[in-house]
Amino acid sequence: MPVSARNICRSFGDNQVLFDVDLDLQAGEVHALLGENGAGKSTLVKILAGYLRPTSGEVLCDGSPQDYRSSGDAEADGVVMIHQELALAEQLSVEENIFLGRELRRGPFLDRRAMRERSQAALAELETHVDPRARVKDLSTSDQQMVEIAKAITRDVRVLIMDEPTATLTENEVTVLFALIARLRQRGVAILYISHKLREIEQIADRVTVLRDGHLIDSGPMAGRSKEELARLMVGREITEMYPPLTVLSSDAPVVLEARAFVVPGAVKQASFTLRRGEVLGFGGVVGAGRTALIEAVLGLRAKSAGQVLRSGQPVVLRHLRDAVHQRIAYLTEDRKGKGLVLNMDLRSNVTLLNLRAHCHPLLDRRREEKAFQEAVQRFDIRLRTAALTAAELSGGNQQKLLLAKVMSIDPDIVIINEPTRGIDVGTKHQIYHFIHELTEAGRSVILISSEMGELIGLSHRVAVMCAGVLTGIIEGEQINEHNIMQYASGIKGVGVDEQRHA
Amino acid sequence: MSSAMLNNKTTQNTAAQNTVARPKGFSIDLKTWGPFIALVVLAILGVLINPAFLGLDNLSNMLTRSAFIGIIAIGATFVITAGGLDLSVGAMAAFIAGVMIILMNSLVEQFGAGITTIVLGIGASLLLGLCAGFINGIVTTKGKIEAFIVTLGTMGIYRSLVTYLADGGTLTLDWAVRDIYRPVYYGSFMGITFPVWVFFAVAVIGYILLNYTRFGRYCFAIGSNEKVAEYSAIHVDRVKTLTYMLQGVCVALATIIYVPRLGSASGATGVLWELEAIAAVIIGGTMLKGGHGRIWGTVIGAIMLTMIGNILNLTDAISNYLNGTVQGIIIIVAVYLQRASWRKTRP
Repeated sequence: MPVSARNICRSFGDNQVLFDVDLDLQAGEVHALLGENGAGKSTLVKILAGYLRPTSGEVLCDGSPQDYRSSGDAEADGVVMIHQELALAEQLSVEENIFLGRELRRGPFLDRRAMRERSQAALAELETHVDPRARVKDLSTSDQQMVEIAKAITRDVRVLIMDEPTATLTENEVTVLFALIARLRQRGVAILYISHKLREIEQIADRVTVLRDGHLIDSGPMAGRSKEELARLMVGREITEMYPPLTVLSSDAPVVLEARAFVVPGAVKQASFTLRRGEVLGFGGVVGAGRTALIEAVLGLRAKSAGQVLRSGQPVVLRHLRDAVHQRIAYLTEDRKGKGLVLNMDLRSNVTLLNLRAHCHPLLDRRREEKAFQEAVQRFDIRLRTAALTAAELSGGNQQKLLLAKVMSIDPDIVIINEPTRGIDVGTKHQIYHFIHELTEAGRSVILISSEMGELIGLSHRVAVMCAGVLTGIIEGEQINEHNIMQYASGIKGVGVDEQRHA
Repeated sequence: MSSAMLNNKTTQNTAAQNTVARPKGFSIDLKTWGPFIALVVLAILGVLINPAFLGLDNLSNMLTRSAFIGIIAIGATFVITAGGLDLSVGAMAAFIAGVMIILMNSLVEQFGAGITTIVLGIGASLLLGLCAGFINGIVTTKGKIEAFIVTLGTMGIYRSLVTYLADGGTLTLDWAVRDIYRPVYYGSFMGITFPVWVFFAVAVIGYILLNYTRFGRYCFAIGSNEKVAEYSAIHVDRVKTLTYMLQGVCVALATIIYVPRLGSASGATGVLWELEAIAAVIIGGTMLKGGHGRIWGTVIGAIMLTMIGNILNLTDAISNYLNGTVQGIIIIVAVYLQRASWRKTRP
């Protein structure tokens, strides 16, 4: 057995996050680790990979107890972890990143050729088109992820820990990744796979372990366990009706937002859409199809070369996000850490940042801010179990709720939500879906950009699908299904026809 | 809309949990009070070395001298908090001083050596500072050039302009004007000199601006993460430009109280002020990479820098020429202590 954990406990200060957890990784097996955000998954894998040390309990490697003092110690034993947040040197090239810290040398000099060849081989094995000489900062997030994986497989890896590897990958890339995992498994590598996507786990896991609130709830072979059962074990209660019913749209619901003939250089070739009161308009398509670019151009966050916005029929000019805020349009970015929250700022200031005017008369009223924050905590069920001082210390799900509280502070009429459930546990997802439902019930309108097919199908009245910068089609009602969305997303259907119809 | 949107699981979320305070250790106190403690230690050292240190004259003299750097450093606190940097402040001060002197000298013919001349000179100084800051801000934000490069450029420009205006020599203020203007530096109110009053006023205004206005909060947000600020509907370029303009006004204010001190300006005026200002800001606990700024820390930092020179003046133990060495050591130690406490607060 390459790696196992015995009776692992871990506390941060007074806060115990792991209680007597056992975990056994077998060679040639994919072991899925499940749990809600804050269940202790990340802490557990960090202990296995040497980033953290257990408060008590031990990590065994090949049956003998190990005391890893750093991730380097663990890597020396062949235990490699791929992080949720990519840890690459952006200004360096792909090959330089792959060999960072263990450069191949010939005498005192770098052996660039050997490194390039081995990088190329690793990337070829991943079936990715990434050029080893490209700079990492010029790559898309999914390509960067591939580089991370390539980095891991060029080492003599025996245990590969993957923390949410598919969160930023396209469907196609996920398929490639799974094929790769299958090959690694055949080679006898033990894979510990963390994901919230139960469908994926059903597909690739041999064995599964469920954590809840730091306790080991269940562990055993995947065979014979259903998705529904696992979801119940994770959350500790039945999740009935993942998706709430659609809000009934009256036939005369007015159009509250219309975008006409938008062109964004290098991202969107042509796109128009309308949004009606009380409606959820989904945006589907693969990562990089231009959905975010289109929406951000509409909001004034990106430069456009053509396009017109109408708000309730009136032409409006949105040059800056502030203009959109004045039109009571709220935007929830998909990049909550990079664009959504000031991570090193306290929670209260994060919540009030977008609508700080409301707390000024004319000097900032800290007490009023605090009150607004406490209300947001209640309303959005932000859990402050660890008395986090800054946004960085919150778990992913709580960060998302904090961000939601922030954008809802302007009391918007239209809420644009980009990838609301990326890297988020089932329980929080469920809450967010119901939140969207309550918005539309209250007569507000929602634009939902999502790469999760289920979400689009379960929540949208209509789904606009984009492919390579073109809005290939808008599907309604019965037509909304996985097959149709895929056809429009891959450009098999639509293009010319729909372009004209909606232009 | 219902008041409890996501409230299907709120039972565990009691108010008590929300107000749990993290146990505050010594390390956190060190971060907040570090500069202050260092100042007190330095002051005690000063008294031990020479009891004359505590004399009213000496203290007053020291505070007055620290006012120039202090006022400039308060402006720099905003620029640095918002993630910028201004290297041009020393040269800008020299340039403003030069223009001010030339202007007042030429106004003497028209208005005579009177208050009008001085008020016009002061007005011109403020305007010039505002414009210089605006240029730094606009070029940095609209030109998308690093602040370091832009202000390095303007630093060279202002420095050479003042040398040019002085024709390589020294610009001297008209004697009659100087006599009237003199009290602005040497005069006092309630036993406290005017420069100290100005320093204090700028600090109070700066404190309120940074901690109790939207502008200040936006500075923190921009310095922490410009993208997040942009996605929070903040006019990032506008706020950043404003910080440079504020810095310009602070430089102008410092110049206004500096000119009557010597009554002259030359290419050597204000040399290295930018570094002293930045040092004061950093000693005070503001982070050079932005996102975290403290006005009172900056005030203490500025006083500390002057105090070091003062103490060295009062003792024979260390040569006065080693002033820079002691300052350098203190800057590094101050920042090291702050970083060390950062590390300790992490689990």
